Order: sequence, then C-alpha cells, then structure tokens
Amino acid sequence: MHLGTLLAATALAAGLAATAAAQEVVVLGWGGAYTQSQVEAYHKPFTAATGIRVVSVDADNPATPIKAQVEAGNVTIDVASVEYADAVRLCDEGLLEVIDHAILAPAPDGTPATEDFLPGMLTDCMVGTDVFATVYAYDKTKFGDNPPTTIADFFDTARFPGKRGVRRGAKATLEMALMGDGVPADQVYSVLATPEGVERALAKLGAIKSEIVWWTAGSQPVQLLADGEVAMTIGWNGRLFNAAVGEGKPFAIVWDGQVYESEGWVIPKGAPNLENALKFVAFSTATEPLARAAEWISYGPPRASSAPLVGVFQLDGKTPMGPNLPTSPENLTNALLSDLDFWVDRDAELNERFNAWLLAN
Amino acid sequence: MAALPPYASPLERAWAWAFRALCALVFLFLIAPILVIIPLSFNAEAYFTFTERMLRLDPEGFSLRWYDNLLTFGMIAPDAPRDAAWWADAWAHATWVRAAKNSVIVGAFSTLLATALGTLAALGLARSEMPGRKAVMAILISPMIVPVIISATGVFFFFSNPGFPLPHVRLDPFAVGLAWDWRLTSTYLGIILAHTALGIPFVIITVTATLAGFDRSLLRAAASLGAGPWTAFRRVQLPLILPGVISGALFAFVTSFDEVVMVLFVGGHDQQTIPRQMWVGIREQLSPSILAVATILVVVSVALLTAVELLRRRSERLRGLSPG
Amino acid sequence: MAEATLTGPTALRTANGTPLKAALARASRRARLRAFLLVAPLLLFIVVTFVLPIGQMLHRSVHNDAFSAHMPALGAWFAANPRGTAPDEAAFAALAEDLRAAAAARSIGTVGTRINYEVPGTRSLFTSTARNAARLAPPYREALLAHNPDWGRADVWAAMRGASSAYSASFYLAALDLRRTPEGAVVRVEPGQRIYGQLFLRTFVLSAAITLICLALGFPVAHLLATLPLRRANLLMILVLLPFWTSLLVRTSAWIVLLQGQGVVNNVLVALGLVPEDGRLALMHNATGTIVAMTHILLPFMILPLYAVMKTIPPAYARAARSLGATSWTAFRRIYLPLCAPGIGAGAMLVFILAVGYYITPALVGGASGQLISNQIAYHMQTSLNWSLGAALATLLLAAVLALYWLYDRLVGIDNMKLG
Repeated sequence: MHLGTLLAATALAAGLAATAAAQEVVVLGWGGAYTQSQVEAYHKPFTAATGIRVVSVDADNPATPIKAQVEAGNVTIDVASVEYADAVRLCDEGLLEVIDHAILAPAPDGTPATEDFLPGMLTDCMVGTDVFATVYAYDKTKFGDNPPTTIADFFDTARFPGKRGVRRGAKATLEMALMGDGVPADQVYSVLATPEGVERALAKLGAIKSEIVWWTAGSQPVQLLADGEVAMTIGWNGRLFNAAVGEGKPFAIVWDGQVYESEGWVIPKGAPNLENALKFVAFSTATEPLARAAEWISYGPPRASSAPLVGVFQLDGKTPMGPNLPTSPENLTNALLSDLDFWVDRDAELNERFNAWLLAN
Repeated sequence: MAALPPYASPLERAWAWAFRALCALVFLFLIAPILVIIPLSFNAEAYFTFTERMLRLDPEGFSLRWYDNLLTFGMIAPDAPRDAAWWADAWAHATWVRAAKNSVIVGAFSTLLATALGTLAALGLARSEMPGRKAVMAILISPMIVPVIISATGVFFFFSNPGFPLPHVRLDPFAVGLAWDWRLTSTYLGIILAHTALGIPFVIITVTATLAGFDRSLLRAAASLGAGPWTAFRRVQLPLILPGVISGALFAFVTSFDEVVMVLFVGGHDQQTIPRQMWVGIREQLSPSILAVATILVVVSVALLTAVELLRRRSERLRGLSPG
Repeated sequence: MAEATLTGPTALRTANGTPLKAALARASRRARLRAFLLVAPLLLFIVVTFVLPIGQMLHRSVHNDAFSAHMPALGAWFAANPRGTAPDEAAFAALAEDLRAAAAARSIGTVGTRINYEVPGTRSLFTSTARNAARLAPPYREALLAHNPDWGRADVWAAMRGASSAYSASFYLAALDLRRTPEGAVVRVEPGQRIYGQLFLRTFVLSAAITLICLALGFPVAHLLATLPLRRANLLMILVLLPFWTSLLVRTSAWIVLLQGQGVVNNVLVALGLVPEDGRLALMHNATGTIVAMTHILLPFMILPLYAVMKTIPPAYARAARSLGATSWTAFRRIYLPLCAPGIGAGAMLVFILAVGYYITPALVGGASGQLISNQIAYHMQTSLNWSLGAALATLLLAAVLALYWLYDRLVGIDNMKLG
C-alpha cells in the first residue's frame, strides 16, 4: 500500500517544517497596497537585519482569524495588524499576549518609546503602526466640472448618479451615513448611541441601497472604482491614494466626513514563534521603519519622532506625503475620530443589526 | 431526431428547427463562458474585455504577459536575467508555482488514499452478502451530498482539537523526537485526509458501477482452475474493472484539485493551492493572471476529460457493451 | 416440511459430517464478514474524518459554556433557586464574586459576548462593571445597581439563567428567528430582525428556480443527445462534459468577466445599441448573478441523468402512439414524459440538493441579495464567531439536505447515481 509512502512523506514534511519554523515569523496583514507597504518598510529590512524569514499572509480583517485561532486552539500567526478597538477587545478577552513597552526602541534623540508614541498609540497588547482614515473617493472621469465635495454628495445619487461602493460592516459606515445626513461630527456618537440614531443611519443607506455594491476586503473598493463598476466608493485612504498617485488611476479623495483611527501590531496568545514576534514588533516600530512605511502608503506614523522623517512617495519619487496623510491639518476640517470605547462595546450588536438590515430587502 | 419522418407536418418541421436552435443556444450557454476567457487571457491590456486591437486581430493587442506574470509573481528577483538561478527562484518562490505544487501533492496523495480505500470498499459493497449495504452506501456517498461549508467547519474544529480525552497531546509513537502536536489543521496531512473523504464517493460510484457489469462466474472459473482469491482478483477482476478504478481516481483527483472551501478552513499559509489562490485573486484583485490560470486549467480538464472518455470506451469494449 | 427434513435426524450432511444447514450458515457468515471487512477500513475512515467532525460541530449548536464555565457562583445560585425567583442579595453577591474572578482571568469579554447574543447591547454591562469589580462592596445589590441600573433588568437575569447551563436550545431559537421572553414564553423576534427564515426561504426559492431553469434547458439537450446517432451524440456530449470537468472557480471567474458592468455581455449590448452607455445592466452582485452562474455550473448534473434515462426509451413507443392517432403533443405528454420521469426526478433532486448548499459562487457573484444560507453560516463561523448560532443554522441546513437525500434514495436509489 502507498500509505507507508504517505506517512514517510508527511513525517519528512513535518520535520522540514520544524527546522524552518525556528527562523520565521508569520505576519498577518490586510492585503493589497497596505501589506505591500509593510513588506517594503518592515519585512524586508527585518529579514536583512536578523535573517528571520517573514511569512506574510492576508485576511479581510485580521482580528477575526486571531479570535478563531486562539479559541479553536489552532494558532499559526505570530503577529497581526488590527484596529485599535479590536485590539482592546481581544486583549479584554485574554486572546492576546501583553507586550512589555520596555522592548520598544527609544527615539533617535533618546526619548523613551512611551513618550515618543502619540497618545493612545500604545496599549497593553498593541503597539501602534499608523493612523488611517475611511474616506470616499470618486472617479474623476464621471463627474467633469462639477465633482462631489462633501460627504452628503456621496449619498446624493440624483445629483451624482452612479453606483456606490460601501464596506459590508457597521463600523465607519454608520458614522459616515449620519454625517451624510447632516449630523455634525461632534454629535455622531451621541446620535448613534440611540436606537433611533442607528435606524437613521440605516435609513440614509437604505435610500441608496439599490445602488450600493458591497465590499469586504480593502483592495476590493480600489478594484471596483478602477473597473468602472462604481462611480464613488468608500475605502481606506492609503489604498485609494496609492492607486491614484502610484498607478495613475483617475481617482480623487474627498476629505470631508471621513473617520480616522489607529491600528497596530498585536501578538495572539500562543503564537508559535513568540520570541521572533517580539523582535519583529520592536524592530518595525522604531522611528525609522515607521517613517519609511508612510512613504509607501499614505497612513500617518504614530511616533512624534517619525513625522519629520517622512519624505516623498516611494512609488513615484516626487509627491510629498505630508499633505496626503490623514493626520495632516488641512484634511481634518470635518473629520471624525473613531470612538474606540463605543466600538469596543457595540461592535457585535451593531454588526448584527446591520446584517439583519442588509438581508432584509 | 436524426431525420423527420416523411409524414411530418409543416408545423412539426418548423418545431423541429426551433428545437434545434434552442439546443444550439443551450450548448452556446454551456461552452461560451469557458471559451471567452481563453482569448482574454492573451490580452495585452489589463482589461477583461475585448479591446479594439484584439477584435482587429492586431498582434499588438495580444501578449503573453499574464502567463509570464504567473511565473514572476512572488519571486525574490523577478527582474534578474533568466538563467538557471532565475528558474530555481521561480520554482521555489513564485506564488502560483508553489500553489501548483501544493495542489499536485495534495491531489496525488488524497487520490491514492481514496482510490485504495474506495476500491476495497466497492468490492465489499458489490457482494450480495454485505450486511446493511444500503445504509453503509448512504454514509459513504454522503460527503458528496453534505454542503461543503458544513463539512469544512466540522473538520476545522475537529482537526484543531478533536475533543478526545487527549487534546493537544504531542504524539510521538516511536520516541524519535518527531513529535506531532495532535492537530491536523495547517498541515498537509490534514488537507489530504479531508480531501480524501470528499473524493471517496466518486470512487465508490464509478467502481460499483463497473462491478455491476462484472460477471462473477469469471472468478469461480479462475478458482476452479486453481487460482487463489488474491490471484483471481489480481489477474482476472482487476484488469476488467481497472478502467472504472482509474476514472474513479481521476474524479477524486479533480475533486481535490478543484476544492477550495476545505483549504480555506483547514489549510495554513504553507498549503495554498491553486483554487485557494484563485479565490483570493477573484475576491480582491481580479487581474488577467486569473484568466491565464483559468486557461491552463481548462487545458488540464480537456486532458482529463479525454482520458476518462477513452477509459469509458475501453471499459465498454472489454465488457462487450458497445461495438467500439 | 423442508425445515423438518433439514433439522431432523436424517438431515443432509457435508462430507465431514457437519449438518449442511450449519455449514451453509457458517459459510454465509464468513462471506458476510469478508464483505464487511473489505468495507470496514473505508467506513472507519469516513467516520473519523467526516461523521465525527460534523457531529462534534453540531454539538456546538446546543452546547456553549462561555458563561457557565466562568461564572460558577452565579450558576450555583441559579441551580438552587427555581425560575421566577427574584434575584436576592445572595445572587448579587455571587455575581460580584464571579465578575471579579472573570476580570482577573480576562474571561469577562467571553462572558459578556455570550449574554450579548441573547440581549444585544449588554456586553459593555459586563466589561465595564468587571473593570470596577475590585471596588464593589456589600451590599452588592445596591452597589451593582448604582454602578449600572441595567443589572436590575429581568431580561438580563433571564438570559444569565439560560446561559448558566452549558446546554440550551437558545441558538436554535435564534436560528428560527424566535426568542424567549423573561417569563419563559417563546415568541417571534421583531420584524426588523427576522433574517434567517427569510434567508432559508430565499435559499430554497433560488435553488428551486435554478432547478427549473436547468430542467427547461437540460431537457431538450438531453433529448437531442439521446436521439442523435451515437457518433454525433458523443461529439456533442463533450460540450456538456467539458464544463462539468472544468474548475468551479474557472467557471465562476468566467461569469464575472461576462457579467460585470464593464463586462463582455454589457459591452456587446452597448455596442449593439440595445442598452445605453449609462444604463448598463446590473447582472452580478445580485441574485441574477447567482442564478446565472449556478445554472451554468449545475446544468450538467441535470443533463447527464436525463440522458441516461432517455437513451433507454425506444423511439418505437412514440411512433406507435402516433400510428394509433395521437398528435405529437399527446404522444409526448402521455408516452414520452412519463417514461422520462425517473430521469427528471434524479436530475432535479441532485441539482436542488447541490444548489441548497452552495457557498463559493454566491459569495463571489451574489452581492448582498444573492447570498444563500451557506454564506451566513460561513459568516458566523469566520467573522461574527458566534459558532453556536452558525452550528444551529448548519444543523437546520443539514437536516433539510439529509431529508432530500433520503427522498432521493427512496425515489431514485443512490446505487443509480452515475457520473459522466
């Protein structure tokens, strides 16, 4: 029988895997241009400096596989990039390793990491890597001289006809719907805290429901807009910027009514290469790599010492990155900082309501 | 349908032509989507539609760049000169090449396992003495019927932690330091076992169908001439049912080669197969490379289909069912 | 009589003297054992790699210890006091004790999530109270109510009582759009939250539509193949078998290329002037995409069984009917169609069974309105991580599929399943 061969081959493969595992770290990212920026700014220099191979894998939202893996007792990931609210929640549920801030590198001038990181960028279990914004962008070829300029225009299919790309999830989508309905940024969460506020947001989305193409992975909206499947889409600012400036796509980002927040590295409890994971986190969140990352995708660096080091966009070698970051003052005229406490507590409930609404016709 | 009888009325003649036209449309529906992607995979532009230059048959409109992309994507140094080192790099690191290797490894082992176990079981099931034949058959066919999302989630949890009294015990039966964390998720063995279960119904169905046409008096004749059961099986029965066994094996292979849900749930980052890679590509960034892979897979399925058809005819000829 | 002859003193004996009946019985027992031993390895394999995993997963639909495992003191209070007992100081003290322990063990998020399934919006009640649990002091009733008045809610206490047992039917209630009131009555959830009933309905309606379209398209083709001369039929058969052998993902991506807004079909329609440039048809990201792509993928499963049956119907039957004065329609309806019935049944049931469990194709081309129940199961397994609810939905789907499978076996017989 060939069973013997099979077992021998499997044993061999297992043996090989065991030797290889000693010098690798598995990093779970969000895919597309964002992962690309991390590969260039963190993974490649890390491998060059330490000889440890970085295995890059992607998920729509890395927080969900972490939870599934830890609870099923099947952890294969060493480091993952997750949003702040998810990091706090996973940490609360005991699914993450606590990261000692003492391992983080100080700023070049000697300022300790705990003071160099901007407020809220370090938590028990997360080390921040960047600030990103959920914005909307439109196809310049479709709107000529009279382009959309406000968040309300996104929901106005009479004046700006065409399909809309929207993320299939409650977070940021509901906030943008409320701002599109005229709720000022500083009142969004007090409105959204009430059942009527949730229904109001869903009603705003409901008015254009037949025009919406839903997406789940961050690279999908870029693709939808590039293929002409939608005229405007909600998306993450870095990927839209990279497609517009890096690949010359006719996209324009509207900096109005966007929602911004931070994200960073976490280590799942039971990570198979914990030691390498800690090395990787410490290496990649030093001043220099964080500044380099912001040159590969337009997400703001989380360290005060990194900001002045951010130069021009690596993909075209000329566009200055500063004005294109979500943290740039000119982009913050009508922006909403994602309320982390709100989403830590309400994420599951609002997604449930959102899905029920989505499935009802 | 071959020819209308002479007494057919004009209305019947009109109906017969309409019927043929309808059939032609259905054939078009079946085959056109598969044919359309082939020329599009040679598109010089990153579009999924026929460009004007393609329609003019301008050679400039066509290129092999998406096929080239299959080789270079994921390589460490794709722009190096194409010498032996470049090919070694492609063989070891190119994403699609790795996926193809994984698909072949998983497909081959699960096919071997499914064919061996399935043929053995089919021999038992073909005997009238088999107790509880119908119930056993129903269980063995069920992997084909149960929605794969259900089996995949079940296998994911079970292979992560079977919940036996020994969860997470490291098994090292021979005490040679090759211990294995009783966990099959993210291992080749796990996917091979899961795919074997999915392929087994196909082996059972084809082999039992072949055995139904097998004349058991041949075995008795062999026995009367002094052959033991093993010799009779090997020299008489196996050659006759071999076409059925091979086509069952081909079905099992295709099942594994085409399977994605199980890989999504059970496979880890080292077990990315071609369908898994296609799923990621289609969902996130539908590049024409996907169409290049699709075209290659169509060629593979044409080859497999031809093999199965030849086997079927050979089997029918051996059993005297058809003149040729 | 025969019995008497065989068992009587003059019973027939084999050469070595054993009664023939006993020898026969032993031989047949051996034959049965031999047949069973041939099947046993595979049966064991399927049980371990397929039946047990599914069984273990289904177990999750009634078993969830996220609350009971971490809240032992409160569980003991519930066990000692029957349903309907108002929570007293002892209950609040047990709650405070468990909250403190769960906060220290970082399991409070798990506990809150479990109750949040039953009473949406209560996860934060647990996490925020637990953060301050160290500061709680007796009397606990007043302390907890002062911290958050929601601790006095009857529905929260009813949910905690329900979850204090690891086994409960509450996930089946949720999967059927039902819920239990604090008084214990089972009622339907509010209309805005009834999703699974609708989704099951949509799954069955779309599958039925796909089955009917497959029948309408497959019947003429199977008939043509069955009546053409063998050589030409074999050639045309390749057109049916090629899609059958082509990867599901290849066919799905082909349909995306054809159906998307800037796809081949829309481009052809625009070029022909049938559709204005700004009025391109929405052929995918909706139920239309799901129906078209799934019909294409499942059509061979309809054609092959139909063809197998039609090939066995002698054309002489229809001719005889015609010669007896039947019109061609009557001959078709009264003679041909009844003879085709087994093929129609086999094909339709197979297509329907496979369609009900589809996941990949709806996920890629179905948008929001073309999603089936499998996609929702995957959502709960991979994204919301409410595994028990996902398992309950999976059990319901599995029950439906197995019922259809049983029916298929009764009507068609699994022995008659043919491939290619």
